[in-house]
Amino acid sequence: MIRIQARTEPSSIMKLVSPILAIALTLIFGCILFSAIGKSPAQALHVLLIAPLADSYNIGEMFVKMGPLLLCAVGLSLCYRANMWNIGAEGQLLAGALGGSAMALYFIDSESALALPITLLAGMVSGMLWSAIPTFLKLRFNSNLILTTIMFNYIALYLLIWAVHGPLRDPQGFGFPESAMFADSTLLPTLFESSRIHLGIVFAIISAFIAWFILSKSHLGFQIRVFGADEPAARYAGFSSKKLSWFVMLFAGALAGLAGISETTGPIGQLVPNVSPGYGYSAIIVAYLGRLHPLGAIIAAMFMAVLYMGGDLAQIEMGIPVAVVSMFQGVLLFFLLACDFFINNRLAFSNQATN
Amino acid sequence: MDSELIVQILFAAVKTGTPLLFIALGEVICEKSGVLNLGQEGMMLMGAVVGFLAAYGTGSAGLGVLSAMLMGCVMSLIFAVLVLHLGANQVATGLALTIFGTGLSAFIGSGVVGQTIQGFQPIAIPLLSDIPFIGKILFSHDILVYASFAMTFVLMFVVNKTRIGLTLKAVGENPHAANAIGIKVLRVRYLAVMFGGMMAGISGAYMSLVYTPMWVENMTAGRGWIALALVVFASWRVGRIMLGAYLFGLASIMHLVLQGLGWSISPNLLAMLPYVATVVVMVIISADKFKEKLLAPRSLGKTFDPRQMA
Amino acid sequence: MKKHNLVSRLELTNITKQYPGCLANDNICMTLMPGEIHALLGENGAGKSTLVKTIYGVVAPDKGDIIWDGKEVSITSPSIARDLGIGMVFQHFSLFETLTVSQNIELCLSKAQLDKIGDLAKRITHLSNEYGLNVNPTRYVHSLSIGERQRVEIMRCLVQSVKLLILDEPTSVLTPQEVAGLFGVLRTLSKEGCSILFISHKLHEVTEICHKATILRGGKVVDTCIPNSETPASIAKMMVGDLAEQDAGYIKREGSKQIFHVKNLSLPAKQPFGTTLQNINLELKAGEILGIAGVAGNGQDELMAIISGEDDRNVKKSLSLDNLDIGHLHAGERRKLGMAYVPEERLGRGAVPEMSLMENTLLTHSNGFVKNGLVEWKNIKEYTSALIAKYKVKCHGEFSEAKSLSGGNLQKFIMGREIGQNPKVLICAHPTWGVDVGAALAIHQALLALRDQGAAILLISEDIDELFLLADRMAAVCDGHLSPLVKTETTNIDQIGQWMAGTFINKLSNHPQEAKA
Repeated sequence: MIRIQARTEPSSIMKLVSPILAIALTLIFGCILFSAIGKSPAQALHVLLIAPLADSYNIGEMFVKMGPLLLCAVGLSLCYRANMWNIGAEGQLLAGALGGSAMALYFIDSESALALPITLLAGMVSGMLWSAIPTFLKLRFNSNLILTTIMFNYIALYLLIWAVHGPLRDPQGFGFPESAMFADSTLLPTLFESSRIHLGIVFAIISAFIAWFILSKSHLGFQIRVFGADEPAARYAGFSSKKLSWFVMLFAGALAGLAGISETTGPIGQLVPNVSPGYGYSAIIVAYLGRLHPLGAIIAAMFMAVLYMGGDLAQIEMGIPVAVVSMFQGVLLFFLLACDFFINNRLAFSNQATN
Repeated sequence: MDSELIVQILFAAVKTGTPLLFIALGEVICEKSGVLNLGQEGMMLMGAVVGFLAAYGTGSAGLGVLSAMLMGCVMSLIFAVLVLHLGANQVATGLALTIFGTGLSAFIGSGVVGQTIQGFQPIAIPLLSDIPFIGKILFSHDILVYASFAMTFVLMFVVNKTRIGLTLKAVGENPHAANAIGIKVLRVRYLAVMFGGMMAGISGAYMSLVYTPMWVENMTAGRGWIALALVVFASWRVGRIMLGAYLFGLASIMHLVLQGLGWSISPNLLAMLPYVATVVVMVIISADKFKEKLLAPRSLGKTFDPRQMA
Repeated sequence: MKKHNLVSRLELTNITKQYPGCLANDNICMTLMPGEIHALLGENGAGKSTLVKTIYGVVAPDKGDIIWDGKEVSITSPSIARDLGIGMVFQHFSLFETLTVSQNIELCLSKAQLDKIGDLAKRITHLSNEYGLNVNPTRYVHSLSIGERQRVEIMRCLVQSVKLLILDEPTSVLTPQEVAGLFGVLRTLSKEGCSILFISHKLHEVTEICHKATILRGGKVVDTCIPNSETPASIAKMMVGDLAEQDAGYIKREGSKQIFHVKNLSLPAKQPFGTTLQNINLELKAGEILGIAGVAGNGQDELMAIISGEDDRNVKKSLSLDNLDIGHLHAGERRKLGMAYVPEERLGRGAVPEMSLMENTLLTHSNGFVKNGLVEWKNIKEYTSALIAKYKVKCHGEFSEAKSLSGGNLQKFIMGREIGQNPKVLICAHPTWGVDVGAALAIHQALLALRDQGAAILLISEDIDELFLLADRMAAVCDGHLSPLVKTETTNIDQIGQWMAGTFINKLSNHPQEAKA
């Protein structure tokens, strides 16, 4: 018979195998689901996984989607490492898009070389502001970070919608809730001709390496890790929880803000109500799938971007609702959490029945 | 403002507060057992879509509510297995449940977006509804609102006066001690989590069968999250949840009030109001750290493994 | 002891329980007669707790039989054990603080038992008077003292007419006076025919009250004896095997200059059910060990947290180091000034369980290992391996995770890490709790060596014997009050015991100047 037994030491192999296993199980789940609604599983998998990487244009689009996912996920990895349950990447991304776009519109007639850096900075500062408020409320008033960051996601969304209907609406835009198109001086340069890949993905990968360096090489990163692994030990050692909380939250806010402004100054080119198809929420999954490791997040973000692309293609080619992406994300995290059980436990096979 | 308008506003506050009441009652029971389920939003959406589909297909709103309850239970069972049996992190699992529910509900509801059905009709309770003021506000609603009244009082009794309530509190405070004196901790927690799922299901059904009544993607608009804040606001006391739900209901229909007063503010800014109110309330309630620690279930959010004895 | 009944109350045969990496119980056999008070002895980790949890149905044995009143039974849950008439008082109480005494007791009873009892509160009051337990059914448990809580646990068992009462280290949390009261209750129960299984490692208590003793070592029964006809020393030998006894008696010292002060420190409890500190005054001299006795939960944790800065409330004027106020500094700054701490909780506070020993070195010892904000892992590695060698920490090297070490080895590591920073003041809580004899000896010697180098040591412990062994001066805490400080040679267990029970408190408030004397 098979029994479940606690391992004496957690399995480091299982820590790496678990995400791969979870992805495999999610794909199997997908096949069953598609069969159930009468679609060919092989075709569906092709559309979801292979087609997004089939030609150079699609690969470019994949990187376009990967940028904001990775930026948000890197920040969240650091937050979760420090046990700061920041669910507010989406709001911080929207705040970054809003604040940065306001700056871009200010530069609408400018050709200054500083216009773009200042615009990006404005986006980062807006994102930081949006993460600073819940952080302050938590540290000063002990309010629940999960709930306040979620609430600030909704508040940011309505603020953005209000802005594109009101103060930031394009006066020549026939009343559409959109801003004017940004000037070239505030648009992110693309990396290649004939592709929409822009500097955003470079920012994202650099940020992942910076976060990795901080976590593994610096004393600050060590303190973050201790704080997340064992809070009483961190307090015993005299690490300042306030300083660490501020650091990870502002870092995450800045990156999410950068993700937001990189979207509006990158592929979109103006401020629109639907800046993000839930990148901030998906980034939570990316962070987990990457084992809360900034470099792991790079691979996880790539997978998630493929899934996003696949979702779009599945809607266009097979008429499958795009919501399937978010469902797969949920299932993926379920499987990941379930597989993680075997990091600390194993199956013991024995042919001797116990009484 | 004339009294007629006040009555209308308070009537609407009760109606708007009812889904919050249902879901927060479920969550408070779940949290009292020591389990934090952040999947409320996902369970509620699933309840809404399944309730709507069942009612749309069969023409019976009652069957809609039953299916929604069942769906809520099934959703919470996924959460329960991961968290209780596999020891997964409650926060992460709850988030996964919400993301999953959001996607799945949009997926299976895509065919009926914009369809309408005949939901529950208001039933004025004889005699009670004739009471001036109160009668119109409280006793001229549909059957689910009355069910939420009944549920509140039943739960107040069960939690405060019965052995079931005692067991629930014991498990939430100290699962190791409860295990040591022979209480089946995991069984209690399974039941509490599933009760929470069932209530989230009803709450969703209320949205799609009574409140709107129709199905739109993401129609719960964060009510599942507000319910979590409501539990904190109520300091884990059942009676206070009712009060809190109606106050939040009032906050979400503030635009009606302001229009009544003749103010003109952008509806997009007014739409923020419930969320801003939630943040403000949480800041006020949680500021007293000492008190919150005293009132919150002591083991809330912590994994309990019966194989490890403390 | 009753003799008319020849059927044993409880008989265990070949009880075996395997945990991952540890054989907790290895073919254990023992017998208990009605009315017998039976001691279960052994060092920490000998398998006592596992065995009694098996009897109470909390742990399922892999092998072996339990015979109850002559019949073989299978005890798969505590409720079955209770139905048989087995009651247990846990070492860490299984009480619910937010419920009343009566509700706590109700939770342990089945519906049928409750119906039989009728009015539970009345029954509690009746039993309370009969046995002198002094338990009020309507009080909330969080308002009770440790001793009172233990009596609630005993009451829980009495309410269901218990035939076998299991007590897991019941006296470790009591003042000497409370212990005497507990023994009175146990003797009454024994006369009425109730068997008692008594886990302890305090040998004089065992010789005082127990009729029989079973000694466990490494999960096996190594000996049985009649405690009456043995001495504590001879039993100790059976417990630890052939290890040389440690009782050398160390030299006492007088400290030199005063280095650390706590002045008029009063502080409300930060946690619900915590202790409020009441006007604490103490001064610590360089080159001395000041011992603080007291039953757990009388303010030791709060005192340590405020001294270390883990409790971050500003008490600027109340703490000073070398005539410098430090009560407003945060914990890291205090460490830099020469404070070091060995906490009670080794794993999870003193060391991060999932981190390597190298990382755990860096936890508190960053001086010289961090340059420009970057960690110099190579230097830490060398330092850690030297630390492991110096204190003979048994592990697989500096990459071992802290949680893979035994309690004693981890404590040696933590002690070495803190001492390695050459602290001016070391605050040390329960340094040898749950540690085997060899490690305890090493830890004692490390502490004495540090003292002789001129450091001031504040030693907080529940083990009075250890305090008398190590401390140069002593005091006791009770309910957030600190007793006067006295030289160890000029006091005795009786006086410290009375102070632990708080007899000094009224005198202090009448003559506040005595506190400084």
